[in-house]
Amino acid sequence: MPDGLRGLGVSPGVGAGPVRLIAGAVPEPPVGDRHQGDADAETARAVGALEAVAADLEDRGAKAGGEARDVLSAQAMMARDPGLAELAGQKITEGSSAPRAVHEAFGVFRGLLAGAGDYLAGRVADLDDIRDRAVAELLGLPMPGVPESDEPFVLVARDLAPADTALLDPAKVVAFVTEEGGPTSHTAILARSMGVPAVVACPGCTGLAEGTVVLVDGGSGQVRPDPSGEEIVRAHAAVAARSAALTATGPGATADGHAVPLLANVGGPRDVAAALAHGAEGVGLFRTEFLFLDRTAPPGEEEQVAAYRAVLEAFPYVVVRTLDAGADKPLAFLPVTGEEPNPALGERGLRMLRRHPEVLEGQLRALAGAARDLPVELLVMAPMVADAGEARDFAAACRAAGIGRAGVMIEIPAAALRARDLAAEVDFFSLGTNDLAQYAFAADRQVGALSRLQDPWQPALLDLVALTAEGAAGTPCGVCGEAAGDPALACVLTGLGVTSLSMSPPALPAVRAALAAHTTDQCRRAATAARAAHDADTARQGARAELPGLSALGL
Amino acid sequence: MAERRVTVQTEAGLHARPAALFVQAATKVPMDVVVGRPDTDPVNAKSILSVIGLDVRHGEEIVISAEGDGAETALDRLAATVTANGA
Repeated sequence: MPDGLRGLGVSPGVGAGPVRLIAGAVPEPPVGDRHQGDADAETARAVGALEAVAADLEDRGAKAGGEARDVLSAQAMMARDPGLAELAGQKITEGSSAPRAVHEAFGVFRGLLAGAGDYLAGRVADLDDIRDRAVAELLGLPMPGVPESDEPFVLVARDLAPADTALLDPAKVVAFVTEEGGPTSHTAILARSMGVPAVVACPGCTGLAEGTVVLVDGGSGQVRPDPSGEEIVRAHAAVAARSAALTATGPGATADGHAVPLLANVGGPRDVAAALAHGAEGVGLFRTEFLFLDRTAPPGEEEQVAAYRAVLEAFPYVVVRTLDAGADKPLAFLPVTGEEPNPALGERGLRMLRRHPEVLEGQLRALAGAARDLPVELLVMAPMVADAGEARDFAAACRAAGIGRAGVMIEIPAAALRARDLAAEVDFFSLGTNDLAQYAFAADRQVGALSRLQDPWQPALLDLVALTAEGAAGTPCGVCGEAAGDPALACVLTGLGVTSLSMSPPALPAVRAALAAHTTDQCRRAATAARAAHDADTARQGARAELPGLSALGL
Repeated sequence: MAERRVTVQTEAGLHARPAALFVQAATKVPMDVVVGRPDTDPVNAKSILSVIGLDVRHGEEIVISAEGDGAETALDRLAATVTANGA
């Protein structure tokens, strides 16, 4: 969308209508502004204005009801604060005009609140709004707030205060756009509760001329002035299609019916609810570190069994990763042998467990015990596996514990390059694209300056995925890194031969929709286009060009 | 001068709804009432902005004072607004 403004979409949906700006800022009464001489009358004026503002706020609250009523009655209480009236009275006795005295009285409390904690800093905006109302009342200026309008409009403001929005009629406001604010700002929360699209943190929006028709996309954050009728129709259609697609449930599959199980990454029993809510078919990565952190001895097998069961009984299919500890996640009972200047390259994951086989064996026994009488398909995999020998030993340990299906994470480039050797030893692979990128690009995941090299669209990373899937030759090969949760990349991974995708649960609906919108053939063509590119951006563009369903879904 | 030293038990401390209830109760008292931390200058208990400006958190101690007929009863009522949990 060229020539448009862009902010942060915080309440999805699209709306188009003429811009109405919130009445301009109330000017600060000039320093040294003095009254005519009757201090008592001037004080009465100031107190009267504060009371009028309080009464108006209460009135708005009563009309709005619910939560807005509480917020606005708290604001009315601030306007009626005897401390404010007293301070203003003192300033007036010293000669200040009522508007200036009121402004300064608010200033004293503003300084007090702004200097205190976070919660109070949030009250400062409320206090400024009450001050502006009182000063506007005294100066006979239009009250700041939502303008009157007969036709539906797009409300544009620097930011919105509760008093501005309490009386908004959802039928009149088609969208909100503000210069300031974030995902948790009052505007964002209100817009979501009203079901009205909203874009916040949108620089330049208050420069839009009153009455200009704009198209607001509360999902993508785009604000486009003077859209054509056709653009408006298309935007509404895209939103309808996206919300229909995102509410779809059921197993993951491409448009031609090729099944791609959609699984959830979970870090413990407390993540189960979110995974179920987003329609996960199973768990593709159950991290077990939560049981082992912050303790001086490993948890007993009974404690482990109870924790594993909480996840295993919720799903028909669960892939568990054994403890991934090491110098970057040190545990008191698994001491590191020596200094490790590069912890990511040190004794972590399976390497650590090979030195402490009793910890691995205890975990495997607990897992087998937890699954024993449950109707779950349990798969167990090891992190940080480098070669076929390590894969073989791990598989043997699993079989000894009574675990039927053993696998390995593919996150070391050496393992990807020799996937064929490893596939002969285990029952499945799971590509950890985050670590695989870290090791392939020699770029520490923790170093923000190297994030370009962590981009999962890097063609070199896609090559390693392709090599792994090829080498797997029939052995199931999933992906459980961030990459799996990107709808476009999920199609590309499928095209590269990946057989399942595991991601953080909120990403599941968009990935399900993207897969359902494309055939296996389109996924393959997208994969070929991405691998033909020379850098991540071109790979992304090339793939998207083969995946026309994405933009129709607004993804 | 009568006073009450109480520990604030409301989850939000002396903010939000508990602060509003406290100030509403103070406003109904006919005499002057002040509130503060044990070691600092107290503020007008009828001023919501002064009260929230104290930034009293859950578990902190406050001193409420008043003088005159009925001060004892009034202070008991005020103390109850911050010690009754869930208020």
